Amino acid sequence: MIPTIASSRFFRFSYIFYVACFFIFLMAPLVVVAVFSFNDSMFPSLPWNGGTLDWYLNDTEPKLGIFNDEELLDSIWTSISIAIATTLISLSLATCNAFLFEREQFPGKNLLYVLMLTPLVIPGVILGVSILVFSSTIASWVELQFGYDIEALRPGLPLVIIGQFAFITTIATLVISARLRKFDMTLEEAAMNLGANRLTAIFTVTLPYLKPAIMGAGIVSFLMSFENFNTTLMLVGSDAPLTIAMFDRLKEGSTPVLNAVSVILMSGSACLALLSLFVQRKGE
Amino acid sequence: MPPVSTASLSNTSRIGLWLLLAPILLWLSLLIILPHVDMILISLQERISSRNYSFSVSNYTEFFTEPLYWNTFVRTAVMSVIATALTLLIAFPVSYYIAKMLTGRLKTVLFVLCLIPFWVSELVRTYGWMIILRETGLVSTFLQWLGLADQPIEMLYNDAAIMVGLIYTSMLFMVVPLVSTLDSLDNSLIEAGYDLGGNSWNVLKEIVIPHAMPGIVSGCVVVFMLTLGNYLTPALLGGKDSLWFTEQIYTQFITRFNWEQGSAFGMLLLILSSLIVWVGLKLSKQSFSKVMS
Repeated sequence: MIPTIASSRFFRFSYIFYVACFFIFLMAPLVVVAVFSFNDSMFPSLPWNGGTLDWYLNDTEPKLGIFNDEELLDSIWTSISIAIATTLISLSLATCNAFLFEREQFPGKNLLYVLMLTPLVIPGVILGVSILVFSSTIASWVELQFGYDIEALRPGLPLVIIGQFAFITTIATLVISARLRKFDMTLEEAAMNLGANRLTAIFTVTLPYLKPAIMGAGIVSFLMSFENFNTTLMLVGSDAPLTIAMFDRLKEGSTPVLNAVSVILMSGSACLALLSLFVQRKGE
Repeated sequence: MPPVSTASLSNTSRIGLWLLLAPILLWLSLLIILPHVDMILISLQERISSRNYSFSVSNYTEFFTEPLYWNTFVRTAVMSVIATALTLLIAFPVSYYIAKMLTGRLKTVLFVLCLIPFWVSELVRTYGWMIILRETGLVSTFLQWLGLADQPIEMLYNDAAIMVGLIYTSMLFMVVPLVSTLDSLDNSLIEAGYDLGGNSWNVLKEIVIPHAMPGIVSGCVVVFMLTLGNYLTPALLGGKDSLWFTEQIYTQFITRFNWEQGSAFGMLLLILSSLIVWVGLKLSKQSFSKVMS
């Protein structure tokens, strides 16, 4: 079953056929979504009525194109702002965590490390629900004690950011730690021998070394936040991010404008993927 | 550099340690531990009147006495186990092909091709399956064109459709660990297996699968967890009768505003999911921190 071991022709061909089917299975939904965004029909389904760009550019109902659909455009901006905020907070904490776990020794370190990993095994819906419950407990308590309502603790964008940050930090920490582990400590010592204090050494030597990992973790965090559905669903208020807005429309049965949004999302993801590949190349 | 006394050095590094510890402790306690403790407390409450609660396990007894809840829970678990097993069965030959049969550029290209769908939102992927499977969709039209069906067939809104969506969504989390463990298997071990008279089945059973076990376990654990906690795929591909447990949680919290019952459901799902992770780790004798990173 490896190239150096002879196997029957029939076996080899059926194996290749299977792998080919697998990749068709993998690509089919994406290709289908993209193709149907150009179908001149009110529904994202057959028959094929000829190509059109209406679902991108048209500016009148009922065939409202994505670039004129204020509601969807707003939700894209909401998603982007959430993703930027989540990424920035997660990266700062993740960098601290990486230094803590790779550089420091303290009692209970292993326990803390396991705790740090737990957000990965908590289903997103439950993470969202538990934060919803806890924040509203605090909000009710504050209101009862001080008669002051903390808007940020009620379902809405701040809570969505907090909920996503809670698990994205773990992933960012793993990525940044992995690179810090490979860092040659003598470089930092050299900087300190040359008169830098610890903090200057970290900022001028170690952090630049970590930059590719931080950028990589940033791209992954942005994408995970942008695409997150489960946690967001539980914490969202009146401003819907894109995934929630699309979900609501899908349930009602929507026009191919959703295909057009999907194509834009795919292009965005492709750009991010290329960027992360470029960052990784540079780091090596 | 001026000489630094050891006492003050250990003092500054101690401050440094606390500065690094403070944020992670705040994060874990405020966003992970306390919310779950609060959820347990609320799940053990019963509402007597407005703003008046008493301790009670009624939310849990309600779960066991109401067949709908109980059945949904079991159904979700069983479907998740089946989805995990099918994902493993489908992904293993492909991962083996990428890791062992290919070399050089083609190998990298196929591996990256496996990752592509997962850069795209789960919503978009599920939407793609809706277009393929719906009554006026591709499969139905294709079958009519072939003459195998004389009227449109609705393929959405049943368990098979949910299963396809779940397997598709989970694929990456199975392929990546499998490829990386299979890649580390030395080809000469496989050759030795054949030289010693083994056939393909023996080699697979005695050499390849034992070597790939860490990858199989971590893939299965992650896939099971994600499937169990999935909301989107069952809701969109299964329609109204999808009966997925996360939907029950959503209904209790958002639609019925019965947070006590919802918290109890959340705890039950969390217990089931943790239990499976634990059993998976025990079976494969792996440590949690190793599998996750």
